Amino acid sequence: MPRTEFSPSITSRPVYPGLTPQGATPAIMLAEGPGAEAILDLAALDASVMDLAHLIYIPAGHDAGLRLAALGAKMYREAPSYASALERYRKALADARMGTTLYLAGSEGMIGQAVAEALAAGLPPEAIQTEHRGTIARRMQCVHCKGVTENVTIDPFLCSHCGLTLFVRDHFSRRLGAFQGVCVDAETPGIVPEVQEIKP
Amino acid sequence: MTSRLLRVSAIETLSPLVTRFRFEDPEGALLPLFSGGAHVVVEMPDAGVLRRNAYSLISDPMDGSGYEIAVRREDGGRGGSRFMHTKVALGDLMRISAPVNLFSLDLRAKKHVMIAGGIGITPFLAQLKQLARLQMPFELHYAARSRAEAAGLALLPASPQVHVHVSEEGNRMDLGAILGSQPLGTHVYTCGPEGLIEAVAETGARLGWPKTVLHSEVFMAPPPGAPFDVTLAKTGKVVTVGPHQSLLEALEQAEVEVEWMCRGGACGRCETGVHACHGTIEHHDHWLSDDERASQTKIMPCVSRFTGETLVLDL
Repeated sequence: MPRTEFSPSITSRPVYPGLTPQGATPAIMLAEGPGAEAILDLAALDASVMDLAHLIYIPAGHDAGLRLAALGAKMYREAPSYASALERYRKALADARMGTTLYLAGSEGMIGQAVAEALAAGLPPEAIQTEHRGTIARRMQCVHCKGVTENVTIDPFLCSHCGLTLFVRDHFSRRLGAFQGVCVDAETPGIVPEVQEIKP
Repeated sequence: MTSRLLRVSAIETLSPLVTRFRFEDPEGALLPLFSGGAHVVVEMPDAGVLRRNAYSLISDPMDGSGYEIAVRREDGGRGGSRFMHTKVALGDLMRISAPVNLFSLDLRAKKHVMIAGGIGITPFLAQLKQLARLQMPFELHYAARSRAEAAGLALLPASPQVHVHVSEEGNRMDLGAILGSQPLGTHVYTCGPEGLIEAVAETGARLGWPKTVLHSEVFMAPPPGAPFDVTLAKTGKVVTVGPHQSLLEALEQAEVEVEWMCRGGACGRCETGVHACHGTIEHHDHWLSDDERASQTKIMPCVSRFTGETLVLDL
């Protein structure tokens, strides 16, 4: 699956410029599903990026584990989900020194959460590289009840916590790593626009 | 620029070359508080020439009872520091500007690493007091040639976070070691000679530090040079800049109004448009971009000079 090209949008929507090798600096890498291909491409450009890399892979149904393991990262681990990878990822951030590069590749929800975690740990935004691969489903926060609904692919959608019908905004929260969903029928209860599939 | 007349209330020799001055309000009023890294501009009426030099405040930013500065005597300089050392006496009234901070701590940082060379220790003396209040992690590295010259020693707290590197004693500062093991969220502040600031930038780049977390302040006095003339576009008036005078000082002497703040090429306030230029502008500032410098359409009169036929300013 190639890198996702998004259409231009409002400024608060993140952009994912793709991974560029920074040489053999200390690195934390987090790949999810087809994001593995971005790491493989990165290592093909400059194999030395793996020398001091701690690579965590969340397969999410995409089987690239053997090929990633063969890249020769300093440390390689797999985790079944972002939630299960979080303890390891947090420890890696806590132990990291300034000069570390973070490479993130995968879905928008994973990238958003991982960036928020890294910024909270003090990693400068300039040290974070992102590449979007795979599903364009969004991680949405309901601005009313604050609950987060994962993997939203349609607009409007039902909040999985409070049940309101929410309009999918391009407005992104870097702190939460999620887009904002706003009640679509607040002024005209029950009158809801036709459901559409979210486009890149 | 807001300023007030303050009384010199203490003068103390810190080292053979460095003297501490304290200024207080003559009526005992409290002065505006500031933040660590702020400076004031001190006016010195010196034999017909009005000098204005910027000095970092070294006293506690939360203490409005007075402002303190430390001045290093530069005998090869233009005379401002010599004036402070030889002409200023206890009880004198001097005009001091309101504090301005162009070198403040980035409070988003999780840890602050301060690197000082020589008299570059001064802004950090105030920042240390601010950091103590904020209870934030920090370390300070102070490099000096010899213990006798290290005027900051008398003013630094005895603390395990304060590291003194005296090159004469073979204890040189190892920037690679300092920048090589800092936790995420560290910001670095460097103040001292240009060479030290460049060395920190180079070491940071080698170790993968983003530029945005490397802060610096150069202590820059207007460099002397050959005299030159400038023409003012609005009046056609010609102003001559002397060898030990800055363009800004020459304009002030000619009673031409130019806004200014830091007088050291850092803040950008005195940026002046160039109407015509036949020659070369010697840019000494840290404000204009490389493209702006090359285009010769702007000049920072506080530090920059000119060689060539004619320079016409938008004034």
